[in-house]
Amino acid sequence: MRRKSIVTGLLTALAVVIALIWVFPVYWMFNSSLLPNSVLQSTTPTFLPVGGSLDNFRAALADGTFFTALGVSLTVTLSTVVAVLIIAFLGALAISRFKFKGRKSFILALLLIQMLPAEGMFIAQYKMMSSVGLLNNLMGMTLLYTAAVVPFTVWMLRGFVAGVPAELEEAAMVDGLSRTQAFLKITFPLLAPGLVASGVYAFLQAWNEFTVALVIMTENQMKTLPLWLRGFVQASATRETDWGMVMAASMLVAVPVIIFFLIVQGKMSSGLVSGAVKG
Amino acid sequence: MSTDAKAPTAAPVRGGRTPEPSVVIRRSKQNKAPLFLILPTIIVLVAALGYPVGWQLVTSFKKFGLKQQFGVPAEFVGFENYITLLTSSELWVVVGRSLLFCLVAASLTVSIGGLLALLMQRVGTAGRLILQVSMLLAWAMPVVAAMTVWVWLIDWRRGVLNWLLVRMGVDAEGHNWLAEPLTFFMIAIIIVVWMSVPFVALSIYAGLTQISGEVLEAAAMDGATGWQRTRHIILPLITPVLSIVLLLQLIWDLRVFTQIKLLQDAGGFANETNLLGTYIYQLGVGSGDYGMASAVSVFMLILTIAISWYYVRSLMKEEN
Repeated sequence: MRRKSIVTGLLTALAVVIALIWVFPVYWMFNSSLLPNSVLQSTTPTFLPVGGSLDNFRAALADGTFFTALGVSLTVTLSTVVAVLIIAFLGALAISRFKFKGRKSFILALLLIQMLPAEGMFIAQYKMMSSVGLLNNLMGMTLLYTAAVVPFTVWMLRGFVAGVPAELEEAAMVDGLSRTQAFLKITFPLLAPGLVASGVYAFLQAWNEFTVALVIMTENQMKTLPLWLRGFVQASATRETDWGMVMAASMLVAVPVIIFFLIVQGKMSSGLVSGAVKG
Repeated sequence: MSTDAKAPTAAPVRGGRTPEPSVVIRRSKQNKAPLFLILPTIIVLVAALGYPVGWQLVTSFKKFGLKQQFGVPAEFVGFENYITLLTSSELWVVVGRSLLFCLVAASLTVSIGGLLALLMQRVGTAGRLILQVSMLLAWAMPVVAAMTVWVWLIDWRRGVLNWLLVRMGVDAEGHNWLAEPLTFFMIAIIIVVWMSVPFVALSIYAGLTQISGEVLEAAAMDGATGWQRTRHIILPLITPVLSIVLLLQLIWDLRVFTQIKLLQDAGGFANETNLLGTYIYQLGVGSGDYGMASAVSVFMLILTIAISWYYVRSLMKEEN
């Protein structure tokens, strides 16, 4: 017994060390964002933000472009989440509850679409968007994001839909509920975790997406947060990089996602795997 | 994969019950319903991807040169781009580099993730929570923000990495890691692995928690050692989770773009550090050679399908 507790103790220590290594870049962003540039310029790093201030944040927010980008990011992300959930749910319902001609080809197409190399399509997507006048347009951006996320979400949601036996719904109908009522009262609540998981997936993909936005959103007031951050790094790279301000900007982009993520994460990992593995 | 093999995955329904495959054959008068249900998906995919994919295929058979930059339409040249491509050593260098990168990054990610999942299972609640929270924090970092932080960590003059290495007695003072292809890729792999391990570790851990404790206890009572239990009970049961995360990692790491692009922007030499993604970007957006860029894209698609072929086939067999 004694030997066992020593082993557990050592493993716990190992877990803590690994946790510290993994979280270090995140901590370093936090730490540097609070320190004045004069401290960061020193060749000896400062490991604790003692005597730090929010000056870097004030500097990063000073020109107001952050809030414009936040608005664009929020609009595009939320529209994508809503569109993806509705479309993918219907698709998942079709392939998990019905047998129909073309079902297999549909599933195969969903798999193959995820393998298309995005880098090659930027140019064509740019041409397409500019010819229909959807460059720098929130709807155009939402369409591209929705299409990028839908295949995996249908795949993921079908695992959840298949997890609710149709017999349950039918039993409720025997008890006198209409099909719609049975669906809303029985099936839908059981699907909620799956919808949350898919919603989170869509949210993160859209919020963090960088390259499509880089190509499609060329105007300054249409930049999303990742583009805003990159512009920040580039602007300060011409002189000596102001790492304090850049780290404060990174914090502003990362913190909303981190908070959101910590709230809903429980559904994420299990959802991703069960959706992907469940036939 | 058999039905048994699915059991360890986290079931979406309460109680850990394995969902039954419930493809229900509905009455024939309703058989138009599924087509209406998949219609929105098809419309969105065709609207967003139809033209780009078609354009790419067609363009890969066209020649783009200096004239085309002044508006002269490109000519069809048949398979010329593909022939140039397949006979150029440059492409094969990039392909080899991408495959190597993807194999190293994916196998490191899955092994580290698997070991961390086992560790989470062995330690107490406190240790596990600390590990899980740190994984989640790293996972939640938006790619561009994470890359910005890493570039600062490895900064050649004031980065904390070099400072630490000097303390440990390595001569790293003022060393620029991004200047040499080899160290550039070491850094890139560290970053990609750092970003991807949380998803893998937490997914495998979710799989592990589905294995019933009774089975393991029974095995222990029958005298199976810890290693034997891992090898003969745990491993087979989490194989489905392992294979899906490995496949996803291989596909994601083959098409890694943002990380490489941002590292190149931060000081790498693009020509010697291109992977397939940045190579296509450089050919197309960089030099306007859309024909070649499209041909490489098509080639990359075929490569991805080849890598995942076995898995896709076994998935499709299950659909019957």
